[in-house]
Amino acid sequence: MRFTTFLAGALTLGLASGAMAQDDPVKAGFIYVGPIGDGGWTYQHNEGRLAVEEYFGDQVETVYQESVPEGADAERAITQMALGGADIIFTTSFGFMDATNAVAAKFPDVKFEHATGYKREHPNVSTYDARFYEGRAVLGTIAGHLTETNKIGYIGSFPIPEVIQGINSAYLHAKKVNPDVEMVVTWAYTWFDPAKEADAARAMIDQGVDVILQHTDSTAPQAAAQEANENGGRVFTFGQASDMSEFAPTPRVASIIDEWSPYYIDRVQAVIDGTWEQQGSWGGMAEGEVVIGPITDAVPEDVKTEAEALIAAMKASEYHPFTGPINKQDGSVWLNEGEVARDEDLLSMNFYVEGISGDIPN
Amino acid sequence: MIRLVRRPAPSRFWAALSPLLAVALTMAVGAAMFAALGSDPLVALRTIFWEPIFGEFAWYFRGQLLVKAAPLILIAVGLAMGFRAGVWNIGAEGQYIIGAICGAAAGLALYPAETRLIFPLMVAAGALGGFLWAMIPAFLKVRFGTNEILVSLMLVYVAENLLASAAVSWLRNPESVGFPGSRNLSRWASSANPELFANTGVHWGVVAALIAVILGHVMLTRHLMGFHIRLAGSAPRAARFAGMVPGRMVVFCLGIAGVLAGMAGLFEVTGPAGQISIDFGSGYGFTAIIVAFLGRLNPLGIVAAGLLMALTYVGGDNAASNLGLPVAAISAFQGMLLFFLLAVDVLTNFRIQIGRGAVA
Repeated sequence: MRFTTFLAGALTLGLASGAMAQDDPVKAGFIYVGPIGDGGWTYQHNEGRLAVEEYFGDQVETVYQESVPEGADAERAITQMALGGADIIFTTSFGFMDATNAVAAKFPDVKFEHATGYKREHPNVSTYDARFYEGRAVLGTIAGHLTETNKIGYIGSFPIPEVIQGINSAYLHAKKVNPDVEMVVTWAYTWFDPAKEADAARAMIDQGVDVILQHTDSTAPQAAAQEANENGGRVFTFGQASDMSEFAPTPRVASIIDEWSPYYIDRVQAVIDGTWEQQGSWGGMAEGEVVIGPITDAVPEDVKTEAEALIAAMKASEYHPFTGPINKQDGSVWLNEGEVARDEDLLSMNFYVEGISGDIPN
Repeated sequence: MIRLVRRPAPSRFWAALSPLLAVALTMAVGAAMFAALGSDPLVALRTIFWEPIFGEFAWYFRGQLLVKAAPLILIAVGLAMGFRAGVWNIGAEGQYIIGAICGAAAGLALYPAETRLIFPLMVAAGALGGFLWAMIPAFLKVRFGTNEILVSLMLVYVAENLLASAAVSWLRNPESVGFPGSRNLSRWASSANPELFANTGVHWGVVAALIAVILGHVMLTRHLMGFHIRLAGSAPRAARFAGMVPGRMVVFCLGIAGVLAGMAGLFEVTGPAGQISIDFGSGYGFTAIIVAFLGRLNPLGIVAAGLLMALTYVGGDNAASNLGLPVAAISAFQGMLLFFLLAVDVLTNFRIQIGRGAVA
């Protein structure tokens, strides 16, 4: 049994390396930060797990643990899974970064995949993320067309590069189709807190915002918009992380979906084949990891066509949302005409582009 | 007809028996719940209660029990003093968070100096932080007669917001490109609170909890202050006649709970948690209230209660991960423990009379 190998490794000095026969099913573990029924982030990761089960059948066994807090308990939960014989463990939240690396040091034969982080301290740790900013470009385009007040709201979670990329991308593409557009950013300092998210959405609506994008995972902003619409408002939203189709056709007019299945299947396959290697993966629309959910009829036909053309261009890797000329907020040049943003710059993005008002909290 | 009749004096028999009965009832009802969820109830109970102690990976889980129990015990010992004296500090969670923030801030101010003197300094700063946070409800109660339950509880939410702002701004790791969270204190030799013996789970917080239990026990049974605490709780008027100043008792009880909770927070942030993050406050301060009552407000009882509570966490995670039980079921199971304890506790002060009896 493989986990006895780990056990021996942990207890003695790792003398037992031994045979790594792959007769028994590969065990894939998933550590979730939220409940699998959150309808957003964790829900989509769990869909990815189910896709792995369906794709591999008896070859693979999956285990998961939901609602693991990002603190002292994470390390125990991950260790527990490794002890339980998992061959590959996906830790699906940024806050599991240090815990993942700490456990990886103790279980050199187990593969670890950490979502959205940047630390790969051991050869058995990979990281993966998705180019959500590609999806935001599409949502921004739709938002720019739909707004009548010319005020687009963006509920940010934390001022980290991933979120700032999304804000910039959405704004740039809204501005492209509607030069008068203004972006109102609110920081919720949470990934999932229905009450806070609803407050943020209501405050935006009170300020005259009529299209809301969110980088937080609950459906509360959708519900707040629905409530406003029932009272005579005209507010549109986009599903986040998962489709949130229960709020279609309005307020939800489209959605940005995290599709982890292709990546999970790919990585589990690599473990089965014995070809798993450390990597930092950043897939986008071309890889099928970022998907735009059905665009409803609340969106005019020509706007829908335009959005679909943009999707097609990104799927074919013909268009990069951050293509110059783009200036930074302070007016300095970031990208020259035709220049495309480098991944390093995106991964450390800590500035707004020109036209967005307000400061990024620091 | 069934009626409850007040006992002339609390029953010692039931006071001792009720925690055991509560555990038994929790297991029985919990088993029914697990069965209803489609799990084999015996397997579920064995996964929660047996495997962490005697199972295949007990060598790892036993240590984790101590890691989980230590902050609960440390906080609960402090709370028990107050609860005995009738000082209701519900805000240990806030004192725990502020202790961690103050201790971490003291350490990080000296980053990256390499000296083990930093760790004791951080412990002192953590204790002071927890103490001062507890002094707010103490001062308001003594000076203005405010209710310490409300004030201490509300201060938890203030502390949580301070924690969030520390994690995203003023204690944030400057090398983390915008990601929230402080530097990892458990990876900086000067501030680390590591396992003292490999795979035992014993860190300085466990040692501190042990010392707190012994001192708490000695104080309650052998020291005049312990006598005063017990007297203040059971007979406040008599205590006043005995020359005690009630305000001093409030300050003492909240202060000691604040110190212990603050230290617990510091040991946690430098050890198992490793960093100040938005989710650092994991509810130990609230769970410790359950532990204090489950342990009969007695330091030795609190050790047993803390370990039992830790077992439901560690074993509960084990069941969630291996049996696919929903996390909510595990939380409900833990909640049942307090519910049944409170329910059974009625029997300490009341007896059940069946049939018509004299009106009490």
